[in-house]
Amino acid sequence: MEKLLSEFSVGLFFWQSLLFIALVFLLRRFAWKPILNAVNQREEKIHEALELADKTKAEMKMLQAQNENLLKEARAERDSMIKDAKETASKMVGDAKNKAKEEADKVLTNAQLAIAAEKNAALTELKTQVASMALEIAEKIVRDELSAGDKQKKMASQLAEEISLN
Amino acid sequence: MVKAIRFFFSVLLMMIYSSAFGSEPEYDTINHTQTESLDLKSSIKEQINHHLQDSHDFHLFSDETTGKHYGFPLPVILWDDGLHVFMSSEFHHGETVVQSDEKFYTLNHGKIYKTDAEGTVNYDAEHHHVINEKPLDFSITKNVFMIFFVGLLLFLMLRSTARSYKKRGDLPSGIGRFLEPIIVFVREDIAKPNIGAKHYKKYMSFLLTVFFFIWLVNLFGLTPIGVNITNNIAVTFALAVMTYLITTFTAKKDYWKHIFWMPGVPVPMKVVLAPIELLGTIIKPFSLMIRLYANITAGHIVIMSIIGMMFVFQNWIGSSLSFILALVLGILELLVAALQAYIFTMLSALYFGSAVEEHDHH
Repeated sequence: MEKLLSEFSVGLFFWQSLLFIALVFLLRRFAWKPILNAVNQREEKIHEALELADKTKAEMKMLQAQNENLLKEARAERDSMIKDAKETASKMVGDAKNKAKEEADKVLTNAQLAIAAEKNAALTELKTQVASMALEIAEKIVRDELSAGDKQKKMASQLAEEISLN
Repeated sequence: MVKAIRFFFSVLLMMIYSSAFGSEPEYDTINHTQTESLDLKSSIKEQINHHLQDSHDFHLFSDETTGKHYGFPLPVILWDDGLHVFMSSEFHHGETVVQSDEKFYTLNHGKIYKTDAEGTVNYDAEHHHVINEKPLDFSITKNVFMIFFVGLLLFLMLRSTARSYKKRGDLPSGIGRFLEPIIVFVREDIAKPNIGAKHYKKYMSFLLTVFFFIWLVNLFGLTPIGVNITNNIAVTFALAVMTYLITTFTAKKDYWKHIFWMPGVPVPMKVVLAPIELLGTIIKPFSLMIRLYANITAGHIVIMSIIGMMFVFQNWIGSSLSFILALVLGILELLVAALQAYIFTMLSALYFGSAVEEHDHH
């Protein structure tokens, strides 16, 4: 302890204190403040950048989810549209088929009616023709029969008889 | 670890024996070698003492055969009823008396004493201490010169770091690449955890300066020019006083309340605790002072002694092993240089932290 005290140099203490205090103030002005500010600023920047990255990531995720939803909706819409179209198409085909059938039926009935009418007309004509032919034949026969006088008288008498009998 | 230490000490013992008995057969020379080794030992001791002391000129090395010293003189500034300034070379290493304004000064074992024209030096009864009066010595000694030098170096290094941010935007360049992580370390691992994020900013300048100053000064102490600034009690005292003053003058109400009237204990205890706590505020920086001084001084004494052992042993096992030991201890001292800077800064931060601590639980 005595040695320590005898070694104590007032001059060294004075210079050390003076120089050290000067050094603290000089370094504060020229080194520590600018350095710590720069470090702080950089840290803030990094912090902000990281935050931004996180935010962007979340946004991206949201957008992706949105896109997926949109896609899903679009798909559903497309499916329903196709279904509708199919239904419409099959309905149209069915309608057309029905109409065609009806039409065909109508044509058929019309044709049958026409055929029946033609047939009746033909039958009537045939009947009249047959009647006129039979009349002609009968005329010819009668004329031939009546050409001889006796036959004519017999005939007349016969007819008269028939009429009288009636 | 224990095994390694045991091995180490057995080798050390072997070395001592081999050097003690190595020259036994040559009886006629044994007396001669003993006195020679005694001479060597005392000269090594003197060397170590000289190395640990401050001096008035910057001594680099000396040639013992011609007695010539190489180095450069430094200014001597004395206060003795007026200012006396002259160069230390005027002492001619203590051989001549310097006259300045009708006063005479002499250099004795690195210290300046008042004397008369003939340079009379009076010793005390045991012939050890000079009892001549000493003038107030504000000389630029070797240590003061190194403090200047280290301060300038620190200033230049750190200013260039600060400037490199402006040049390159966000990133430092050059030496700043190395220094920035250390600065951030002091902030993140010393200041913030010990002082708290709220108050740490105002202490940063002191903490950073003290850290870099002690570290750099310790490192310079390990170089062959060997100027140990931190093994002067005056230097560590100055640093500790600053820690004490900053703690005292930035302390909040709670700090004083905890010293003079400790809350939460019975009144008689409060009375007993007050002087103890008050003493504690002085003991804390005092321990800072002693710790730094003792660590660096002890480290230097050990390293220099082991280097001296190389010359004492004078055989190939002892000398080469001392060399390895000195190398290992040198590496350890490199660690100690940084560690002591860290401890001083950390404890200062801890004391500042206790000064601004807010006890909201009372």
